[in-house]
Amino acid sequence: MSSMMIGAALVAALKRAATVLPDDVVVALKAARQRETSDMGAAQLDAILENVNVAREGAIPMCQDTGIQTFFVKAGVNSPHLKELRSWIETAVIDATAAIPLRPNTVDPFSGKNPGDNSGRFMPFINWELVDGDDVEISVLPKGGGSENMSTLKMLPPGVGLKGIKKAVVEHIVSCQGKPCPPTIVGVGIGGGADIALKLGKKAVLRPIGSHHETPEAAAMEQEMLELVNATGVGPMGVGGATTCLAVHIEYAHRHPASLPLGILVQCWADRRASVRLKADGTAEVIA
Amino acid sequence: MRRDITLPVTESDAREWRVGDILFLTGTIFTARDEAHLLMMEKQESGEGIPFDPSTMALFHCGPVVSPEGDGWKVIAAGPTTSIRMEIFEDKYLEMFRPPIIIGKGGMADRTQAALESVGAVYTHYTGGAGALAAKRIEAVEGVEWLEELGMPEAAWFFKVADFGPLLVTMDSAGGNLYKDLEPTIAENVKSVLARIDAG
Repeated sequence: MSSMMIGAALVAALKRAATVLPDDVVVALKAARQRETSDMGAAQLDAILENVNVAREGAIPMCQDTGIQTFFVKAGVNSPHLKELRSWIETAVIDATAAIPLRPNTVDPFSGKNPGDNSGRFMPFINWELVDGDDVEISVLPKGGGSENMSTLKMLPPGVGLKGIKKAVVEHIVSCQGKPCPPTIVGVGIGGGADIALKLGKKAVLRPIGSHHETPEAAAMEQEMLELVNATGVGPMGVGGATTCLAVHIEYAHRHPASLPLGILVQCWADRRASVRLKADGTAEVIA
Repeated sequence: MRRDITLPVTESDAREWRVGDILFLTGTIFTARDEAHLLMMEKQESGEGIPFDPSTMALFHCGPVVSPEGDGWKVIAAGPTTSIRMEIFEDKYLEMFRPPIIIGKGGMADRTQAALESVGAVYTHYTGGAGALAAKRIEAVEGVEWLEELGMPEAAWFFKVADFGPLLVTMDSAGGNLYKDLEPTIAENVKSVLARIDAG
């Protein structure tokens, strides 16, 4: 019974993510349109905003690249559902692929074969985090190939300091030009290690636009870096203009004294995400 | 300037369009990605030929999501794919088939630019990710070629469109190139941004 309920909630969340752009992103896009001084940049933002409306009203995917479905699970250690959760998520992705429909995007790197339902080895990928309590929060981040291809890792010499991080981010975003479909959301992962910096960057992308990092220094750097990347003039879709990025979000971990890992995660304007809360009694609801 | 265009167009029409123009198309456009480009050129070279005339349409770099509906098809989403992948053969393709308009995203490079100048065509940038909006402006799927061989995203789809756009001309037949025009300004901006970081 509970799996039916959670299954339906997960499919609903996948549909919502694919078809309804979160409010915080829409607000940021509208603000960018207001600010835009380049006619060509403004035309891109108008098309994006109209596209977002068409997708929401018609309940159809806002982009034909419906992405790879990546999950972030905050699992309450006392939840009775942890054992079944993986299979529920895998089933929901297959069901949602047929029902919405989503583009089948998972390809076997060796055979080149596409199973046609977004399943596969380690797919959908699930990131697990244990938290207190008996609720489980399941967030999905469907991410397209064009923006993911622009994500990168830099192992900086620690001596370059925070200035080095800022420069590396600005230079990287400019080198991407229009390819990741700007205005983008940039997740900046600092520290931890090579894999951890990238994971932190992706986690940072999940945060709503307008939120600030809890550490004041990180929050100040987010704001400063947003101003810096937008001063480059790359603009919407790389055609020139005032808004290259809608937000820069930082997440960080302590680092090895010899390492300054920097993960730069680039998310397209179609910053699609949705979450489900699963209660201990098996009821589930789409919460965002 | 905004230009409302009904296809087909002549070479001299296309030669008038310049970087910065925003086109809205009405008529028939066809999709071709990597595989369809290669297959069409192969068929043409072998003498078999292809069953339509690309010079009367616009070429759309797109791998759509299409669903069967009744006896035909319905487009779910059809935004542009990254055009630079086609750079390695687009010049030859343009010379062979002469479509007056390319629709894609992200721009192309020198070989395509030279071919645009020689055949009299433009490269237009369609807003990346705007797949739902594109689908709304597609009135009908007029047909599909090579679906069995190439699969849904790589097949050549024929779409009847109305007011399909905004298509921003970013490369034109007179050597105009928006990406190249922007480069010095952006380089200058980056220089001052990096100086600000150093000073901070």
